Amino acid sequence: MKPAPFGYERPRDLQAALAVLGEAKVSAKIIAGGQSLGPMLNLRLVEPQLIVDITGLAELKQAERRGDELVLGACVTHADIEDGRIPDVTRGAMQGVAGNIAYRAVRNRGTVGGSLSHADPAADWLSALSALGARLTLRNLSGARMVAMEDFIVGALESALRDGEIVETIHVPAMPASAHWGYAKSCRKTGEFAHAIGAILIDPSAATARVVIGAIDSAPIVITNAAELFGGRIAGDYKDRFDARIADVLLANAGVSNAAHRHIHVSVLKRAVREAGA
Amino acid sequence: MRNEREFPSAGGAGAGQGVGARLPRKEDDRLMRGRGQFVADIRLAGLQDVAFVRSPLAHALIRGIHVPERFRGSVFTAADLVGVNPIRAVSGLPGFKISEQPVLATGKVRQVGELVAMCVAPTRAEAEDIAAAVTLDLEELPAVYDMRKAREPGSVLVHEHWGDNVFLETSFEVDISSALDAPIKVSREISTARQCMSPLEGRGVVATFDHRLDQLTLYSSAQMPHITRSGLAECLGMEQGRIRVVSPDVGGGFGHKGILLPEEVCLSWLTMRRGHPVRWTEDRREHLTASSNCREHHYKITVYADRDGRLRGIDCEATVDSGAYSSYPFSACLEAAQVASILPGPYLMPAYRCRTFSVATNKCPILPYRGVARTGVCFALELMLDLVAAEAGLEPGEVRLRNLVQPGQMPFDNITNKHFDSGDYPEAMRRALASIDIEGVRARQRNGEADGRRIGVGVSIYCEQAAHGTSVYSGWGIPMVPGHEQASARLTPDGGLELRVGVHSHGQGMETTLAQVAYEMLGVDVARVRLIHGDTAMTPYSTGTWGSRSMVMAGGAVAAACRELGERARRIGAKLLQHDPAAVVLQNGEVRGVNGSVTLKEIAHTWYRRPQDLPADVDPGGLEVTAGYKPRRDTGTFSYAAHAAVVAVDPDLGEVEILDYVIVEDGGVLVNPMVVDGQIYGGLAQGIGTALYEEMPFDAAGQPLATTLADYLLPGPTEVPAPRLDHMETPSPYTQFGVKGIGEGGAIAPPAAIANAVNDALRPLGVELMQSPITPYRVVEAVLAARDAERPAA
Repeated sequence: MKPAPFGYERPRDLQAALAVLGEAKVSAKIIAGGQSLGPMLNLRLVEPQLIVDITGLAELKQAERRGDELVLGACVTHADIEDGRIPDVTRGAMQGVAGNIAYRAVRNRGTVGGSLSHADPAADWLSALSALGARLTLRNLSGARMVAMEDFIVGALESALRDGEIVETIHVPAMPASAHWGYAKSCRKTGEFAHAIGAILIDPSAATARVVIGAIDSAPIVITNAAELFGGRIAGDYKDRFDARIADVLLANAGVSNAAHRHIHVSVLKRAVREAGA
Repeated sequence: MRNEREFPSAGGAGAGQGVGARLPRKEDDRLMRGRGQFVADIRLAGLQDVAFVRSPLAHALIRGIHVPERFRGSVFTAADLVGVNPIRAVSGLPGFKISEQPVLATGKVRQVGELVAMCVAPTRAEAEDIAAAVTLDLEELPAVYDMRKAREPGSVLVHEHWGDNVFLETSFEVDISSALDAPIKVSREISTARQCMSPLEGRGVVATFDHRLDQLTLYSSAQMPHITRSGLAECLGMEQGRIRVVSPDVGGGFGHKGILLPEEVCLSWLTMRRGHPVRWTEDRREHLTASSNCREHHYKITVYADRDGRLRGIDCEATVDSGAYSSYPFSACLEAAQVASILPGPYLMPAYRCRTFSVATNKCPILPYRGVARTGVCFALELMLDLVAAEAGLEPGEVRLRNLVQPGQMPFDNITNKHFDSGDYPEAMRRALASIDIEGVRARQRNGEADGRRIGVGVSIYCEQAAHGTSVYSGWGIPMVPGHEQASARLTPDGGLELRVGVHSHGQGMETTLAQVAYEMLGVDVARVRLIHGDTAMTPYSTGTWGSRSMVMAGGAVAAACRELGERARRIGAKLLQHDPAAVVLQNGEVRGVNGSVTLKEIAHTWYRRPQDLPADVDPGGLEVTAGYKPRRDTGTFSYAAHAAVVAVDPDLGEVEILDYVIVEDGGVLVNPMVVDGQIYGGLAQGIGTALYEEMPFDAAGQPLATTLADYLLPGPTEVPAPRLDHMETPSPYTQFGVKGIGEGGAIAPPAAIANAVNDALRPLGVELMQSPITPYRVVEAVLAARDAERPAA
């Protein structure tokens, strides 16, 4: 299990990285924490001709609160969030998610931007940041664009990133004091990828909710108009009004054909709803 | 005047080091500091690495192997290996069909991962680049992937000339017709998944040739180096004396490392061809997909019982997926053919029938794994006994107590003529039931759980035949039959002791425990005893470490060698003390008479350094002894344990949490209880893997689907509870010190105890799981199926 030969560049700033990526005549892959790409290289599942190592880019390690949102550089690690080195705008929600990603060794090196770019549907940030309503800045040599999380993840291991483009920052809206957060997942064992994720950000006073069913074989199901899941209205009694049948239909429509799998997903989502309402 | 006790040193000045002492392991000092030396740590000048081109298909004809021009000379195929014989592991059991496993594939490939070509380069990465550049022209054949379909007439054949896919069929019967009218009759199909052994260290080989000695040296992560040497010699057509096999530190074996590998043969050939050392280190993907499968059993089983739960008989048809080839030396039939003889276990029954099938498929050869067939057998029988209990309206524990062999019956020959040496099985079960607080769990179940989970309790019990010898294995007719075990003991000129044994310690702690045996016999401090093992050039021949045999066999041999060495030292000591030999004793490392004493160190010094002080008529044999040992009866020791588990099951998520786990173990006299506890903890972890996590699935093309440890799940620290251990110590009447083999037991009973606990939790929902591992998906699927079955038809 050794990678095929590849070239290696370690640019010193973002502009240089974008230039390398934009001008590469060969297949290139960005590496940050390497927690997914490393094994894939060793298994020769990917054989890029060039690896662009962005771990030296100070711009991508910054994190700050700007107005009503947190702006996270793509190279912020899960452990940075777990350990509270990042300003908290989600009343601990992100910290809670970060602390349960894989194992500490993975969290030490793995980055938020890397996890999103890899777009593994079982990864926590895909579901959690979708529920939190995050947006991403994607940048290439010719400029930047902003996309919402739910538009960024296109399918399993498939994102909206174009050639030469890189996730620059993640923008997480501050969570209102009236909002409730619930996040649940089911893993075969501690530290393994989840086989079901449920995430919910619900604000009964504003009658709004974002609900995510993740770790399916395609992009997470993101429900922004969630009233139907709660019997037609979002209010303080949402916990008791959760309608598992609607979630089951959403999963079936998303192509989850196996009833036991759907049942596990719905049960996990129910657990997230219960946690939000606790 | 001689000490009447068999163990002359016990209780003396250096007490606390002999048999029964909880000594920390000597080997842990280097292992825990990262100073162990494993095969991959070996550096030899000029060493090059090997990567293999392996078959990507389960079953295919080889039409061509294309090596790019620039890599010719670095790639070798079967056509190059002139004079190298295939691996043949023949069983002498009647009807056994022989498979020949070419070390590099010829004609066709019969499993994914089969070796097709070997590529050599200065580094592994470069060797893998070469392997990636080699292309295979394969004509795919339908794969035989389902052992039960493989038994049907008309199946595609793994070995065409056989005419079917059955390596071996066996049958055993005692009066089954007498059971057929029993009022309780329960029939089920039960299966255990295919697994991979997954030791921390995979296999690894370094091969080099020494022209001065005219000797091939093979460093291998192996647990049976002498057997590896014999197998290598047969494949390479070499005299055994021209081969030396060295097993350095080995990171777990579990049976996987008892097997002669085609890679070992290939690298041996390659180093002689190339004239430089070569290395192959198994990576985890090779381990998972190409090499180390085990455990895949299927049972069609009927249990007959009276209303009071007493067994009337068992009728079973067992099928084991043996994979493509018979592996050396245990053969393709070790699992299935043992099932028939061990299924009844410690239970009394008047009637029994069992047919077994060892079936060839397009998968890796099935290899012995800790517990060998016992884990599957225990799973099948113990799940069935819970169903008998449900039919009889009894507690599962009570059904066991009514059917277990009683202590007054010992020694006992069971219905398959297994000879139980000693033990009190009902007492182990009673202690386990009391310790797990069966009444308390039942009360808790009646109250229900606030979190919606369901609580269940399960028990299981097994016996572990260990260190079985010549009389058992000669009947199998496989390439290896254990005879007398030998050990050498030598006092060094400064009074230290060197032990040489042919078994190998790769986690068993023998550097400590065999030193404790020596201490027991001679009184030499454990710190001054060195164990030399894992090297065919330096140790007596042995079949090696397998079958939980090493403490019984090598422990007995070390005791025998030390006894003789002690006797020689005593006679020299008597001379030095100017005593009649009959008037001196060896005690606490010195020879004592009425006039004084002389230490072993002084005796050794005199023997080696001042022979002028010895009388002319001294025994010329000196202070180095090789002695042999076999238990008074070689049908094996029978250790056993009752396991009890309490689990919480979430019926909606399918998650199983182990809340409590109790093991009541009887391993006879324990040489080092701490080491035994460690064996049990490790075995339990593996048993939990079998119960809940580990599974190597295959698709219909014979492709293994769990190719990394992200897919092949092993239990980690958070999945393995701290069990509560209780020891009984019923000595074996047949062995030195009364020891019994205990190496495998920890891995035998957990799948049954945990499955019974899960079924106990879910039985009120109408759910029954009869397959390992019990995954969340399988639980939820069964819960939903039971709900659907209950729902009245519209």
